Amino acid sequence: MNTTVQKKYIVKEKKDTRSGFGCALLDIARKNEKIVALCADLTSSLKMDAFAKEFPERFIQVGIAEANMIGIAAGLATCGFIPFVGSFANFLTGRVYDQIRQVVAYSWKNVKLAASHAGISLGEDGASHQIMEDIALMRALPNMVVLNPCDYNQTYNATIAASQYYGPVYIRFGRPSVPNFTNINQNFVIGKAVTFEEGTDVTIFATGHMVWKALEAWEILKEENISAEVINIHTIKPIDKDSILRSVTKTKCVVVTEEHVINGGLCDAISNILVTHYPIPAEFVAMNDCFGESGKPDELFEKYGLTSTKIAEAAIKVIKRK
Amino acid sequence: MTIDELKKISQQVRRDVIRMISNAGSGHPGGSLGCADFLTTLYFKFMRIKPENFKMDGYGEDVFILSNGHISAAWYSVLARRGYFSIKELSTFRKINSRLQGHPSPSENLPGVRIATGSLGQGLSVAIGIALAKKLKKDPYLTYVLLGDGELQEGQIWEALMFAGAKKVDNLIAIVDYNGLQIDGKTDEVCSLGDLHAKFIAFDWYVLQMNGNDIEDIVKTMNVAIENTGKGKPVIIIMKTIMGYGVDFMMNNHKWHGTPPNLEETQRALQQLPSTLEDF
Repeated sequence: MNTTVQKKYIVKEKKDTRSGFGCALLDIARKNEKIVALCADLTSSLKMDAFAKEFPERFIQVGIAEANMIGIAAGLATCGFIPFVGSFANFLTGRVYDQIRQVVAYSWKNVKLAASHAGISLGEDGASHQIMEDIALMRALPNMVVLNPCDYNQTYNATIAASQYYGPVYIRFGRPSVPNFTNINQNFVIGKAVTFEEGTDVTIFATGHMVWKALEAWEILKEENISAEVINIHTIKPIDKDSILRSVTKTKCVVVTEEHVINGGLCDAISNILVTHYPIPAEFVAMNDCFGESGKPDELFEKYGLTSTKIAEAAIKVIKRK
Repeated sequence: MTIDELKKISQQVRRDVIRMISNAGSGHPGGSLGCADFLTTLYFKFMRIKPENFKMDGYGEDVFILSNGHISAAWYSVLARRGYFSIKELSTFRKINSRLQGHPSPSENLPGVRIATGSLGQGLSVAIGIALAKKLKKDPYLTYVLLGDGELQEGQIWEALMFAGAKKVDNLIAIVDYNGLQIDGKTDEVCSLGDLHAKFIAFDWYVLQMNGNDIEDIVKTMNVAIENTGKGKPVIIIMKTIMGYGVDFMMNNHKWHGTPPNLEETQRALQQLPSTLEDF
């Protein structure tokens, strides 16, 4: 019930979220010999090299064969290991959806899907690799927990939390360096939203890389004398319905933002709660129903409208609709 | 256990298969009948298991994965008759609220089942994961996996074959149910598997062949397979079977891949398969 209130965030550095995963993987592996890791030829991209070096026997290089990798992980989990399976989000969801469905989710195996390079911020490699539908795919699967942490420290903590939870978990993180502003010692609880700013005029729900942009929007709005509440939904499933409803009954309008297509992700998850329990105006700052393209992450965020300015504009618009 | 005793059990398994599928009005008799001799021999002669105390992690025992999950009727019958659960439960096959799902799933907590199969091409990878887990735990027991031949058309199978050969997963025995038929017809016509023996050799497996409807040959070949584990190569057996074996009008007819017999056909089939043990 209680949302953690973290009012102070001081950015000392920019770091990639995937390194938060890699660091946590190594730390938990040192404490728990059941942790094993699998990768399909992307070890350094996933920041799994330190694990592979320190625990060569517990690291399985599968080669470029993601379907086989999911099956092997399910077999290891059957025997009591906790496999972390690493690849790009694109190759760890759509490419192997049926494998995940059958031998992980339906079979209720304790497999952790560590998906890097999610979203448009993957950048120059282009739309072939920029999956924007992965949350929708994973969220639709029964038994699957879906985490989308917002910075290095939160990804570190999400990885540890995933290892301590029994069951399938999808952890989504990214490639670029982004502000690292949450507390390394935060109390990360799966399924519990985090309120970064309290406000009364509008609630901004944000996940992943969009959380920092939501905080920048909060500052823009503050200058306009608009009091925005900023809530970080790091767990998209199971979603923190209580915290969401507690906030919206106060602010009575909503902006949802995510680095994902507008269909099937956080926008839909929150819409579902609103129309069922508390129908109020909502606006969405997410990827439209289209593919991305090559470019630098910031250029892509700008071109596809995933910016703090767009979030602030959406907030002003939705307040008028109250 | 003698050959005659094994034959007696496998005939009852065939009878169970016909009765279960007829009772459900749905299921896959062809492959189930074809593999009854092998599954019986595996579970009653070779596998070192603890049916009365089923543990998911399979530590300290042999583990079997049925990758071609559609022949669940035969597997469930063998599991029940080996003591994993009551033979009475076979009557619930494919019915509402049953643990005996159309395709096997651990979601129903049915003892003996460790992974959901039936979406083809995935069981070999899972078996490799179990075999690797046994190596990590220094557990000197074996992992077995049964694959359909049509299933070998799935790309994931070849990912897994390549991996197991390359990584020397030598505590693993795979068996291919080579009956030459699949839903749409002859495997050679749908999409020929070509020279399987040569392909498996090329993927660095130790390859054997046997007649899966001759229990003596199964016993002999399985002994050779087991002797050849732990020698740096995974072992695979190309097991020639006849789809529908034991029921004359079902034999070698792909129509019986996934069609239940009607009442008259059921009676004719059961006349050919007199009970050798108590019926469920």
